[in-house]
Amino acid sequence: MYMSPFTFLMCVICIASLGYGANVMAFEPTSTSPSKLPPWSQVEDTDPDPDPGETTQAVFTLNYPRIQIPFEITLWVLLASFAKIGFHVYHKITVWVPESCLLISIGLIVGGIMHSLHEKPPAVLTSNVFFLYMLPPIVLDSGYFMPTRPFFENFGTVLWFAVVGTLWNSIGIGISLFAICQIEVFGVKDITLQENFLFASIISAVEPVAVLTVFEDISVHEQLYIVVFGECLFNDAVTVVLYNLFNHVAALEVVEAGDVFLDIGRFFVVGLGGTIFGALFGFVTAFTTRFTGKVREIEPLIIFLYSYLAYLIAELLDISSIMAIVICALTMKYYVEENVSQRSCTTIRHVIKMVGSVSETLIFFFLGVVTITTEHEWNWGYILFALLFALLWRGLGILVLTQIINPFRTIPFNFKDQFGLAYGGLRGAVSFALAFTLPDSIGRKNLFITGTIVVIIFTVFIQGITIRPLLKLMNVRKTNRNQETINDEIHKRLMEHTVAGIEDLCGQWSHYYWKDKFMKFNNRILRKILIHDNHPESSIVALYKKLELQNAMEVLDQMSGDISAAPSLISLQYVSSTSRPVLLFSEVFETV
Amino acid sequence: MGSTSSTLLKIPNVEVLMQETGFSPAHIIRLHDRFKALDKEGRGHLCPQDFGAIKELAMNPIGDRIIGAFFSPGKETVDFHTFVKILAHFRPVDKDRPKEPNSPEPINSRSNKLKFAFQLYDQDKDGKISRDELLKVLRSMLGMQVTEEQLESIADRTIQEADLDRDEAISFEEFRKSLEKVNIDHKMSIRFLR
Repeated sequence: MYMSPFTFLMCVICIASLGYGANVMAFEPTSTSPSKLPPWSQVEDTDPDPDPGETTQAVFTLNYPRIQIPFEITLWVLLASFAKIGFHVYHKITVWVPESCLLISIGLIVGGIMHSLHEKPPAVLTSNVFFLYMLPPIVLDSGYFMPTRPFFENFGTVLWFAVVGTLWNSIGIGISLFAICQIEVFGVKDITLQENFLFASIISAVEPVAVLTVFEDISVHEQLYIVVFGECLFNDAVTVVLYNLFNHVAALEVVEAGDVFLDIGRFFVVGLGGTIFGALFGFVTAFTTRFTGKVREIEPLIIFLYSYLAYLIAELLDISSIMAIVICALTMKYYVEENVSQRSCTTIRHVIKMVGSVSETLIFFFLGVVTITTEHEWNWGYILFALLFALLWRGLGILVLTQIINPFRTIPFNFKDQFGLAYGGLRGAVSFALAFTLPDSIGRKNLFITGTIVVIIFTVFIQGITIRPLLKLMNVRKTNRNQETINDEIHKRLMEHTVAGIEDLCGQWSHYYWKDKFMKFNNRILRKILIHDNHPESSIVALYKKLELQNAMEVLDQMSGDISAAPSLISLQYVSSTSRPVLLFSEVFETV
Repeated sequence: MGSTSSTLLKIPNVEVLMQETGFSPAHIIRLHDRFKALDKEGRGHLCPQDFGAIKELAMNPIGDRIIGAFFSPGKETVDFHTFVKILAHFRPVDKDRPKEPNSPEPINSRSNKLKFAFQLYDQDKDGKISRDELLKVLRSMLGMQVTEEQLESIADRTIQEADLDRDEAISFEEFRKSLEKVNIDHKMSIRFLR
């Protein structure tokens, strides 16, 4: 049943109005921004126990305050989900306009409605809610679905762009903005250098979701994909660290050199600490799943609890929680997927995607709503220059950094790749949340929020919509990996062994050597400890089984769905010898 | 170690070598030092035992094939020129080289890299990878992990995927075709040999 997008939009708006027509003052503002109370206050409690004098039993009662909080949360999430469903009803939209744009637009509309009804959005976006509840699912999602092999092959590049790139951006933008501040005309002379750096670090955080969907759609080559993905993931961690650093520094009256060195040292402690911590938790999770053979139902729960625990304890120790949860997911994925049942595996993946997706959706949605309903402080000069510098420094940064790192790569980045990298630097959720949760002590907080929102909206809308046609036009290198064949896998393995051997011959080590060493260590020690039923399986054999399974499914599918009409797989075994060898029926099921 | 130019002069025909392989003088010197380190008895050429002494290479599943690739059929020793020429296969491809119409194909071209990989399979050098040769390679790479039946199934499937002229063996052209989507330059290159 086809629903025109316009009708759908009307429905969404009606639901939204309904939800807000009812009653709004959702939470006591625990956040830093003071909010005005709506014109009317809470609905009077309907008295559950009637006065002793009353004799009439109320047949129909309405007890809103009791369910208020869960109800409103559910409504918001439902609204965001409807929005998501709606986009895909009309297929063409999602091809041209990234989902984040659409979500922000819906948010803007809802915000507009709320503004006209003079209501405040629920003051949910406090620092705690964001960092403790909304960010972990997003980061877990990215970490768990990161393709490990290409990631480790490009590890150096990823780290280079993430750490050095973000530093370059923050410092560059910070200094340029400070220079602008000095110019009397714009009237922002009161913003200190520290505050400028703080703002700069907020708007340097890039966000991958929109870009990655585009990259996938046009099958851009893996190197570009993985670098963008990895960069976004790690620069979240770097940005948060920088943010805390500059926040701390902004509060100080005088910054001494000693402080700066301490902060730099702290940066390393935080980053490395997070990594080690995450790895530790990853191994513990893997070890636990070794024993869950009899209690399959709680396997997904264990994964989530441990990941979340890693995040929380890292927060406790004030080390990078994002790094912790990402590394935890990366480490445990390999072992866990061997230990848990197929169902648990599917459940885990599905739930992670679902929760991550909801979280992301909500944040963009809020972005739209908040854009309309906050008090903005607008300053043409500062904000426009901020936007300009954000774009400029990113472009410059990518150019310079690529020049430096290209000699170290086997596949250097050409100019088209660099353009894709630079143009694909969209800002998003993390920047927004960081801006929103700035402490009130920052005098120009509203200006910063406005500036951040402008940068986000510009990049998401303008760059997000145009990146796809541009990349297509420029004919960026496409991926080679289209269909897996057993030939590919075997020959690639042979080549890897060959190159490893030649490296040994030349007496110099490269990443194949380390990979080899790690695989040996893995097979000999780690797998024995962490995996329940240790059948080390070569990836060649695994791929073979997978391909055979696919073929078996195809044969069954060919019978147009009527499985009883398909020749039994066992009978296929006796077909002439030149046909493809088929696994025994039982063997097929064993792999599942 | 002596100065660059004096070390270079000691190597016979070094100009020709650099021309053919595309290695820079610094690389030639480094490889020469490595050659001398491997040639423990100072004979000026290497024999299979010298290669075998490299511990990690001995543990490599296809180590013996790699060593075999250095020795052309009939020869028992490897001199420095052959050593460098074989290693030249693993130089990353120079993208910016102008294509002179008459010059021979560089050693590190995609095609030559593929030929090198092919010969690791094709030990009897008949230009085809037979089922047995494939089985032998699979056995050395997969070793203890799989049963003989599984190995045979995998080998059968591999040949079936690649074999276009149905002669139950993989010729070089079929080999090349099956790998057309793979970035050979990336997989068969060693960064520090650039």
